[in-house]
Amino acid sequence: MKFGIVTFPGSNCDYDAYHALTDVLGEDAVYLWHKDHDLKDADVVVLPGGFSYGDYLRAGAIARFSPIMQEVAAHARTGGPVLGVCNGFQVLCEAGLLPGALVRNANLQFISAPVRIRVESTETLFTNRYEKGELLKIPIAHGDGRYFAPRAVLDALEGEGRVIFRYADARGNTSADANPNGSERNIAGIVSEHGNVLGMMPHPERACSPLLGSDDGVRLFESILARVAA
Amino acid sequence: MPKYRIAVHIVPRKGLLDPQGKAVADALQTLGFDGVAGVHVGRYMTIETSADDALAAGENVREMCRRLLANPVTEDFEVESAVPA
Repeated sequence: MKFGIVTFPGSNCDYDAYHALTDVLGEDAVYLWHKDHDLKDADVVVLPGGFSYGDYLRAGAIARFSPIMQEVAAHARTGGPVLGVCNGFQVLCEAGLLPGALVRNANLQFISAPVRIRVESTETLFTNRYEKGELLKIPIAHGDGRYFAPRAVLDALEGEGRVIFRYADARGNTSADANPNGSERNIAGIVSEHGNVLGMMPHPERACSPLLGSDDGVRLFESILARVAA
Repeated sequence: MPKYRIAVHIVPRKGLLDPQGKAVADALQTLGFDGVAGVHVGRYMTIETSADDALAAGENVREMCRRLLANPVTEDFEVESAVPA
């Protein structure tokens, strides 16, 4: 299995993703520069966190025009797996590969903290190694993470089982108090219509070792391995 | 082709929670501006572009707003009349 990790100017979680995939998972990974025109035979594309192009205009707005994103979009359209974390989620929304948008946190603060998210579906490429309703401890680090979409889009996402992660408290309740950024319906991660593109604000690649506070992110990558290798 | 300058206002969609606007409104009220009923914080841009005429320049900029300058999910835009640059 080969992972391609995209580096935009301003990406800063590409090394974390590389570490998780190679040192923890033992898989092959390559960096894909934003000006590249091919995916170097990557089976899975990772759009990492950071501040691509300085987040000028809006987070993710400029990144979608980069040469590599044309390849990523083509890969996604043919069913190829794409994981967008944090800024990667913002880029996927701006590129129209996922619906909705990520806007300024409701409390206006940049939040860097471990949070709990509840696994809403285990039917996906990305979550088949989790239990439904399981609570994961995964860090967030963002200023623009409030997921927003019109009500009809939110209803459609829920109806199609495409809300994959929600912010929850220690008992698993998706209360307002457990919602760090004011996201609609506590949404922390969604998948595309065909389930091959996942966007999430929390950072699973930073939760791959007990030394770092949690290894709950490992099974997300193992889920991909299980499904794509099979 | 003549050159035009066009101002664009990008504002959060009405009804969408605007925490920045609310923070500013609260601060204004604290200063004693009791009449303040609402504040919305957006972006202001000026675009210089050449076009056949002022009308075409405006339509050009509206298309820029739809495709890049504004996020169609969360923002509205207003394009002012083109002035010769």
